[in-house]
Amino acid sequence: MITTTGLTKVYESRGRQVTALDGVDLHVREGEVFGVIGQSGAGKSSLIRCVNLLERPTSGTVTVDGVDLTALAGRGRRAGKDLRRARSSIGMVFQHFNLLSSRTVEDNIELPLEILGVSGAERSRRALELLDLVGLADKAKAYPGQLSGGQKQRVGIARALAGNPKVLLSDEATSALDPETTRSILQLLRDLNRQLGLTVLLITHEMDVVKTICDSAALMRKGRIVESGTVSELLATPGSELAAELFPVTGDATGPDRTVVDVTFHGEAATQPVISQLSRTYNVDISILGAAMDTVGGRQIGRMRIELPGRYEENVVPVGFLREQGLQVEIVEADATVPAQAAQSPVLAKEGAK
Amino acid sequence: MTWSEMQPLLEQGTIDTLYMVLWSTVVTVLGGLPLGILLVLTDKGGLLQNRPLNKVVGVIVNIGRSLPFIILLIALIPFTTLVVGTFIGPTAMIVPLAVGAIPFFARLVETAVREVDHGLVEAVQSMGGSIPTIIRKVLLPQALPSLVSGVTTTVIVLIGYSAMAGAVGGEGLGSKAITYGYQRFDTQFMLITVVVLIAIVTVVQLIGDLAVRLLARRGRTA
Repeated sequence: MITTTGLTKVYESRGRQVTALDGVDLHVREGEVFGVIGQSGAGKSSLIRCVNLLERPTSGTVTVDGVDLTALAGRGRRAGKDLRRARSSIGMVFQHFNLLSSRTVEDNIELPLEILGVSGAERSRRALELLDLVGLADKAKAYPGQLSGGQKQRVGIARALAGNPKVLLSDEATSALDPETTRSILQLLRDLNRQLGLTVLLITHEMDVVKTICDSAALMRKGRIVESGTVSELLATPGSELAAELFPVTGDATGPDRTVVDVTFHGEAATQPVISQLSRTYNVDISILGAAMDTVGGRQIGRMRIELPGRYEENVVPVGFLREQGLQVEIVEADATVPAQAAQSPVLAKEGAK
Repeated sequence: MTWSEMQPLLEQGTIDTLYMVLWSTVVTVLGGLPLGILLVLTDKGGLLQNRPLNKVVGVIVNIGRSLPFIILLIALIPFTTLVVGTFIGPTAMIVPLAVGAIPFFARLVETAVREVDHGLVEAVQSMGGSIPTIIRKVLLPQALPSLVSGVTTTVIVLIGYSAMAGAVGGEGLGSKAITYGYQRFDTQFMLITVVVLIAIVTVVQLIGDLAVRLLARRGRTA
């Protein structure tokens, strides 16, 4: 749905060049919620603003819904008619909402429809329908200044959806909101994604956002995409930073002569009670030191750190059993917090980052 | 002068002053608004970035603002005659008044429009809005309270200028004050014209402030 190839953005300020995007290849599938996470200055904001060409990429192409926007943009600074038409089918929500304080909530939502040339009665009907969809049916005549942050963002979302876009871009939409409001806005985005089949590309610096609603995620650092893939692909990738952040497990061995194992659940195996099977089959006592499990996309995935009595040499067979079950197993060295990369089949799903 | 002698002079003077100020304000807004917007749009990082044009317009505006009004008034006599057919009388005065106030108002417009949050412009760009749409639906409505406040200030400046115009063949309260008050040493009449001018300025300021308050209240608080 959204594809960028070799996207580069170089800013020039007082003769100095700053590379915000350094060859970004991104692929967002239709109907998924894709999260780009990174620290400030990583280039996330430039990336999302390049997708609808609010920011002109220095080089590279952006294709949204089969339309090459970079080709439409031409060379001038001004957005031509074709680009403007393409933009109207890409909704965007902003961190600071960007609602017009001089207009009522309803009129704010009608604004994109005015630009599209929709008639007055139809605009009003559509605006009220959208307000209902975001749960603010009673606020049509209010001004943005009278709303709370969460309500403002709901209006922002309703406005972004007014032109029936297939794609929604979310530029840190929840970063100015408190945790509870953040959850409700994310829930709304998730619902819209499911109900309307809306493809959502969001950028955030909060891992919780990715955890809550994203089907896929990419990690950005210094203008490059370091990791990218669906959540279970990332989890299946040994040493994935995103997976470690999404499913952090900690816990040290309770004593010497113990084997600490990180077990990653994804796919079919997640439905099997493997730990108790292991315990019964080999008659071993298993302690769970830490676990981070989640239901993502209806499937249980996550990681668990368990401890088996005895050294690794004594536990080769039980560990082998776990592998046979299709689980990913990493042995944690006694003194090292870095998981040892035991023999594994590295199914890497790394996209991007050339 | 008795009150019955003064009254018709004051009435005619007030009518002429209001006539000159009203029409020169209309012309000033029509001329200064686009100029002010142009200054913002062509500036660095603006939607129509054009540094040379921006510099040229900026310099013209600055020259217009630095000329003393009384000089401008005389310098514009040929131009005024060309436009209106005469350089005497209230209608002729509208020309130099507007020319003098346009650069001033343009700078006020520039400041007001520049204060509009760039995020709003981006939001409308992301909806596919063109530059005229952005001006009409974002910049002007959002800057409206500041623009109204700028118009108020401009009207008051024009009232002051119009009094000066009395010295160069204009009509109005200024002209009456010079002819009857200053040249005939009628201090009482002079004081009364000044009081009438103060009253007009006060009323304009009050109306302007009220309008700004009403406009600003919409957005901010409940």
